[in-house]
Amino acid sequence: MLLNQFLLLGAVLFSVGVYGVIARRNGVAVLMSIELILNAVNINLIAFSAMDGAIAGQVFALFVIAIAAAEVGVGLAIVLVIYRNRRSIDLDEVDLMRG
Amino acid sequence: MEYAVFAVAAIIVLAGAFGVVVSRNPVHAALSLVATLFGVAVLFVAQEAHFLAAVQVIVYAGAIVVLFLFVIMLLGVDRADDLDTEPLIGQRPAAVLAGLALGGALVAVVVTSTVTGAPRSGAEDSAGADNVTQIGRLLFTEHLFAFEATSVLLVIAVVGAVVLARRRRIEEIDREEPVTDLGRDDGSAGDADEPVEEHA
Repeated sequence: MLLNQFLLLGAVLFSVGVYGVIARRNGVAVLMSIELILNAVNINLIAFSAMDGAIAGQVFALFVIAIAAAEVGVGLAIVLVIYRNRRSIDLDEVDLMRG
Repeated sequence: MEYAVFAVAAIIVLAGAFGVVVSRNPVHAALSLVATLFGVAVLFVAQEAHFLAAVQVIVYAGAIVVLFLFVIMLLGVDRADDLDTEPLIGQRPAAVLAGLALGGALVAVVVTSTVTGAPRSGAEDSAGADNVTQIGRLLFTEHLFAFEATSVLLVIAVVGAVVLARRRRIEEIDREEPVTDLGRDDGSAGDADEPVEEHA
Protein backbone atom coordinates (compact mmCIF):
# COMPACT_ATOMS: atom_id res chain seq x y z
CA MET A 1 0.00 0.00 0.00
CA LEU A 2 1.28 3.38 -0.91
CA LEU A 3 2.12 6.02 1.63
CA ASN A 4 1.40 8.93 -0.67
CA GLN A 5 -2.34 8.92 -0.26
CA PHE A 6 -2.08 9.49 3.49
CA LEU A 7 0.42 12.29 3.03
CA LEU A 8 -1.81 13.95 0.43
CA LEU A 9 -4.82 13.67 2.68
CA GLY A 10 -2.80 15.14 5.53
CA ALA A 11 -1.63 18.02 3.34
CA VAL A 12 -5.17 18.89 2.24
CA LEU A 13 -6.51 18.61 5.80
CA PHE A 14 -3.69 20.83 7.07
CA SER A 15 -4.43 23.47 4.42
CA VAL A 16 -8.15 23.45 5.18
CA GLY A 17 -7.26 23.97 8.84
CA VAL A 18 -4.96 26.87 8.03
CA TYR A 19 -7.71 28.49 5.96
CA GLY A 20 -10.10 28.10 8.89
CA VAL A 21 -7.66 29.62 11.38
CA ILE A 22 -7.16 32.71 9.21
CA ALA A 23 -10.66 33.21 7.83
CA ARG A 24 -12.97 32.40 10.72
CA ARG A 25 -13.86 35.12 13.19
CA ASN A 26 -15.59 32.95 15.75
CA GLY A 27 -13.07 32.07 18.44
CA VAL A 28 -14.46 28.57 18.95
CA ALA A 29 -14.32 27.88 15.20
CA VAL A 30 -10.67 28.93 15.13
CA LEU A 31 -9.92 26.40 17.88
CA MET A 32 -11.74 23.72 15.88
CA SER A 33 -9.61 24.54 12.83
CA ILE A 34 -6.50 24.08 14.99
CA GLU A 35 -7.82 20.61 15.81
CA LEU A 36 -7.96 19.91 12.07
CA ILE A 37 -4.29 20.86 11.75
CA LEU A 38 -3.29 18.61 14.64
CA ASN A 39 -5.24 15.72 13.12
CA ALA A 40 -3.41 16.17 9.82
CA VAL A 41 -0.15 15.82 11.75
CA ASN A 42 -1.45 12.67 13.42
CA ILE A 43 -2.38 11.13 10.06
CA ASN A 44 1.17 11.68 8.84
CA LEU A 45 2.71 10.27 12.01
CA ILE A 46 0.62 7.12 11.85
CA ALA A 47 1.27 6.66 8.14
CA PHE A 48 5.05 6.85 8.59
CA SER A 49 4.83 4.64 11.65
CA ALA A 50 2.95 1.97 9.71
CA MET A 51 5.36 2.07 6.80
CA ASP A 52 8.50 2.13 8.86
CA GLY A 53 7.41 -0.44 11.39
CA ALA A 54 8.47 1.90 14.17
CA ILE A 55 5.93 2.13 16.94
CA ALA A 56 7.43 5.44 18.12
CA GLY A 57 5.25 7.31 15.65
CA GLN A 58 2.19 6.13 17.50
CA VAL A 59 3.68 7.30 20.79
CA PHE A 60 4.28 10.72 19.30
CA ALA A 61 0.68 10.84 18.04
CA LEU A 62 -0.41 10.03 21.57
CA PHE A 63 1.57 13.02 22.85
CA VAL A 64 0.00 15.21 20.16
CA ILE A 65 -3.47 14.18 21.33
CA ALA A 66 -2.58 14.98 24.94
CA ILE A 67 -1.21 18.40 24.02
CA ALA A 68 -4.32 19.06 21.92
CA ALA A 69 -6.51 18.33 24.92
CA ALA A 70 -4.55 20.77 27.08
CA GLU A 71 -4.62 23.39 24.32
CA VAL A 72 -8.36 23.13 23.90
CA GLY A 73 -8.93 23.49 27.64
CA VAL A 74 -6.87 26.66 27.94
CA GLY A 75 -8.11 28.03 24.62
CA LEU A 76 -11.76 27.66 25.51
CA ALA A 77 -11.10 29.28 28.89
CA ILE A 78 -9.54 32.24 27.07
CA VAL A 79 -12.59 32.43 24.77
CA LEU A 80 -14.83 32.46 27.85
CA VAL A 81 -12.86 35.32 29.38
CA ILE A 82 -13.02 37.29 26.11
CA TYR A 83 -16.77 36.74 25.98
CA ARG A 84 -17.16 37.81 29.59
CA ASN A 85 -15.27 41.04 29.03
CA ARG A 86 -16.64 42.00 25.62
CA ARG A 87 -19.95 40.13 25.20
CA SER A 88 -18.62 38.80 21.91
CA ILE A 89 -16.25 36.11 20.71
CA ASP A 90 -15.51 37.86 17.47
CA LEU A 91 -11.74 37.72 17.29
CA ASP A 92 -11.53 40.75 15.00
CA GLU A 93 -12.75 42.92 17.82
CA VAL A 94 -9.88 41.86 20.04
CA ASP A 95 -7.49 44.50 18.80
CA LEU A 96 -6.16 46.16 21.92
CA MET A 97 -2.59 45.60 20.77
CA ARG A 98 -3.13 47.17 17.36
CA GLY A 99 -0.47 49.78 16.76
CA MET B 1 -10.14 -3.30 -0.10
CA GLU B 2 -7.56 -1.07 1.53
CA TYR B 3 -8.14 1.59 -1.06
CA ALA B 4 -11.89 1.40 -0.61
CA VAL B 5 -11.53 1.92 3.14
CA PHE B 6 -9.12 4.78 2.57
CA ALA B 7 -11.38 6.42 -0.01
CA VAL B 8 -14.45 6.31 2.20
CA ALA B 9 -12.56 7.54 5.26
CA ALA B 10 -10.85 10.29 3.29
CA ILE B 11 -14.15 11.52 1.90
CA ILE B 12 -15.61 11.62 5.42
CA VAL B 13 -12.53 13.43 6.75
CA LEU B 14 -12.49 16.07 4.03
CA ALA B 15 -16.25 16.63 4.08
CA GLY B 16 -16.09 17.13 7.83
CA ALA B 17 -13.13 19.47 7.51
CA PHE B 18 -14.90 21.66 4.96
CA GLY B 19 -17.96 21.57 7.18
CA VAL B 20 -15.90 22.90 10.09
CA VAL B 21 -14.51 25.71 8.00
CA VAL B 22 -17.63 26.91 6.15
CA SER B 23 -20.63 26.24 8.38
CA ARG B 24 -22.24 29.31 9.90
CA ASN B 25 -23.70 27.59 12.91
CA PRO B 26 -21.00 26.67 15.46
CA VAL B 27 -22.93 23.54 16.47
CA HIS B 28 -22.86 22.29 12.89
CA ALA B 29 -19.12 22.98 12.81
CA ALA B 30 -18.65 20.92 15.98
CA LEU B 31 -20.64 18.01 14.55
CA SER B 32 -18.61 18.18 11.33
CA LEU B 33 -15.52 18.01 13.52
CA VAL B 34 -16.88 14.77 14.98
CA ALA B 35 -17.17 13.36 11.44
CA THR B 36 -13.57 14.31 10.71
CA LEU B 37 -12.31 12.76 13.93
CA PHE B 38 -14.17 9.51 13.29
CA GLY B 39 -12.77 9.37 9.78
CA VAL B 40 -9.26 9.79 11.15
CA ALA B 41 -9.98 7.01 13.66
CA VAL B 42 -10.99 4.75 10.76
CA LEU B 43 -7.69 5.56 9.07
CA PHE B 44 -5.88 4.62 12.29
CA VAL B 45 -7.65 1.26 12.41
CA ALA B 46 -6.81 0.66 8.75
CA GLN B 47 -3.14 1.11 9.63
CA GLU B 48 -3.36 -1.17 12.63
CA ALA B 49 -2.91 1.57 15.22
CA HIS B 50 -5.76 0.19 17.26
CA PHE B 51 -4.92 1.83 20.56
CA LEU B 52 -4.67 5.26 18.98
CA ALA B 53 -7.98 4.76 17.22
CA ALA B 54 -9.62 4.11 20.58
CA VAL B 55 -7.88 7.12 22.11
CA GLN B 56 -8.94 9.25 19.16
CA VAL B 57 -12.60 8.35 19.61
CA ILE B 58 -12.59 8.62 23.40
CA VAL B 59 -10.48 11.73 23.89
CA TYR B 60 -11.27 13.71 20.75
CA ALA B 61 -14.81 12.76 19.81
CA GLY B 62 -15.76 12.12 23.40
CA ALA B 63 -14.12 14.74 25.55
CA ILE B 64 -12.88 17.56 23.35
CA VAL B 65 -15.96 17.91 21.15
CA VAL B 66 -18.20 17.83 24.23
CA LEU B 67 -16.07 20.63 25.67
CA PHE B 68 -16.54 22.60 22.44
CA LEU B 69 -20.29 22.04 22.57
CA PHE B 70 -20.42 23.11 26.21
CA VAL B 71 -18.73 26.40 25.42
CA ILE B 72 -20.89 26.95 22.31
CA MET B 73 -24.05 26.37 24.32
CA LEU B 74 -22.76 28.57 27.13
CA LEU B 75 -22.07 31.46 24.78
CA GLY B 76 -25.38 31.09 22.92
CA VAL B 77 -26.13 29.04 19.85
CA ASP B 78 -28.09 31.70 18.05
CA ARG B 79 -25.14 33.92 17.27
CA ALA B 80 -24.39 32.55 13.81
CA ASP B 81 -21.12 33.55 12.27
CA ASP B 82 -21.56 36.16 9.58
CA LEU B 83 -19.61 34.80 6.65
CA ASP B 84 -20.71 37.39 4.10
CA THR B 85 -19.13 40.50 5.50
CA GLU B 86 -15.43 40.86 5.04
CA PRO B 87 -13.71 40.30 8.41
CA LEU B 88 -10.56 42.37 8.24
CA ILE B 89 -9.67 43.94 4.95
CA GLY B 90 -8.28 41.28 2.68
CA GLN B 91 -8.26 38.62 5.34
CA ARG B 92 -10.39 36.09 3.50
CA PRO B 93 -8.50 36.32 0.18
CA ALA B 94 -5.31 36.04 2.19
CA ALA B 95 -6.71 32.94 3.87
CA VAL B 96 -7.64 31.37 0.54
CA LEU B 97 -4.22 32.24 -0.85
CA ALA B 98 -2.40 30.84 2.17
CA GLY B 99 -4.46 27.66 2.15
CA LEU B 100 -4.03 27.05 -1.57
CA ALA B 101 -0.32 27.88 -1.57
CA LEU B 102 0.38 25.69 1.42
CA GLY B 103 -1.74 22.84 0.10
CA GLY B 104 -0.17 23.11 -3.35
CA ALA B 105 3.34 23.16 -1.92
CA LEU B 106 2.71 20.15 0.32
CA VAL B 107 1.06 18.20 -2.49
CA ALA B 108 3.96 19.07 -4.79
CA VAL B 109 6.46 17.84 -2.22
CA VAL B 110 4.62 14.56 -1.85
CA VAL B 111 4.12 14.07 -5.58
CA THR B 112 7.68 14.87 -6.62
CA SER B 113 9.29 12.65 -3.99
CA THR B 114 7.49 9.38 -4.09
CA VAL B 115 7.48 7.50 -0.83
CA THR B 116 6.11 4.06 -1.36
CA GLY B 117 6.48 0.68 0.16
CA ALA B 118 4.62 -2.11 1.78
CA PRO B 119 3.69 -1.58 5.40
CA ARG B 120 6.04 -3.43 7.64
CA SER B 121 4.28 -3.27 10.95
CA GLY B 122 1.71 -5.86 11.75
CA ALA B 123 -0.34 -5.76 14.86
CA GLU B 124 2.43 -7.75 16.51
CA ASP B 125 6.15 -7.25 16.51
CA SER B 126 8.73 -10.01 16.42
CA ALA B 127 8.37 -10.68 20.14
CA GLY B 128 4.66 -11.25 19.72
CA ALA B 129 3.60 -8.20 21.72
CA ASP B 130 0.44 -6.49 20.53
CA ASN B 131 -0.10 -2.83 19.77
CA VAL B 132 -0.97 -1.64 23.26
CA THR B 133 1.91 -3.52 24.85
CA GLN B 134 4.39 -2.04 22.43
CA ILE B 135 3.13 1.50 22.97
CA GLY B 136 3.12 1.10 26.73
CA ARG B 137 6.61 -0.34 26.81
CA LEU B 138 7.99 2.45 24.65
CA LEU B 139 6.06 5.12 26.54
CA PHE B 140 7.32 4.11 29.97
CA THR B 141 10.90 3.36 29.06
CA GLU B 142 12.27 5.39 26.20
CA HIS B 143 9.87 8.32 26.32
CA LEU B 144 9.42 8.46 30.08
CA PHE B 145 10.72 12.01 30.39
CA ALA B 146 8.34 13.28 27.71
CA PHE B 147 5.54 11.41 29.42
CA GLU B 148 6.24 13.09 32.76
CA ALA B 149 6.62 16.49 31.09
CA THR B 150 3.22 15.98 29.43
CA SER B 151 1.64 15.18 32.77
CA VAL B 152 3.10 18.37 34.27
CA LEU B 153 1.80 20.32 31.27
CA LEU B 154 -1.67 18.87 31.72
CA VAL B 155 -1.70 19.91 35.37
CA ILE B 156 -0.61 23.42 34.39
CA ALA B 157 -3.32 23.55 31.73
CA VAL B 158 -6.01 22.47 34.20
CA VAL B 159 -4.91 25.05 36.77
CA GLY B 160 -4.69 27.73 34.09
CA ALA B 161 -8.14 26.95 32.73
CA VAL B 162 -9.65 27.09 36.21
CA VAL B 163 -7.92 30.38 37.02
CA LEU B 164 -8.97 31.91 33.70
CA ALA B 165 -12.58 30.81 33.86
CA ARG B 166 -13.03 31.66 37.53
CA ARG B 167 -15.37 34.55 38.12
CA ARG B 168 -13.84 37.16 40.39
CA ARG B 169 -16.06 38.21 43.21
CA ILE B 170 -15.65 41.99 42.87
CA GLU B 171 -16.50 41.98 39.20
CA GLU B 172 -19.50 39.82 39.75
CA ILE B 173 -21.59 42.79 40.80
CA ASP B 174 -20.90 44.62 37.55
CA ARG B 175 -21.83 41.65 35.45
CA GLU B 176 -25.46 41.52 36.49
CA GLU B 177 -26.70 43.26 33.42
CA PRO B 178 -30.16 42.81 31.94
CA VAL B 179 -30.51 39.84 29.63
CA THR B 180 -31.74 41.98 26.75
CA ASP B 181 -28.30 43.48 26.64
CA LEU B 182 -26.92 40.21 25.26
CA GLY B 183 -28.70 40.48 21.94
CA ARG B 184 -27.29 43.88 21.20
CA ASP B 185 -24.04 42.80 19.66
CA ASP B 186 -24.79 41.22 16.31
CA GLY B 187 -21.15 40.62 15.49
CA SER B 188 -20.81 43.45 13.00
CA ALA B 189 -17.32 44.81 12.86
CA GLY B 190 -18.40 48.44 13.07
CA ASP B 191 -18.90 48.78 16.82
CA ALA B 192 -15.57 47.29 17.73
CA ASP B 193 -14.69 49.68 20.51
CA GLU B 194 -18.08 49.93 22.14
CA PRO B 195 -17.84 47.17 24.74
CA VAL B 196 -14.44 48.42 25.90
CA GLU B 197 -15.73 51.79 26.88
CA GLU B 198 -18.63 50.26 28.65
CA HIS B 199 -16.48 48.27 31.03
CA ALA B 200 -13.56 50.62 31.31
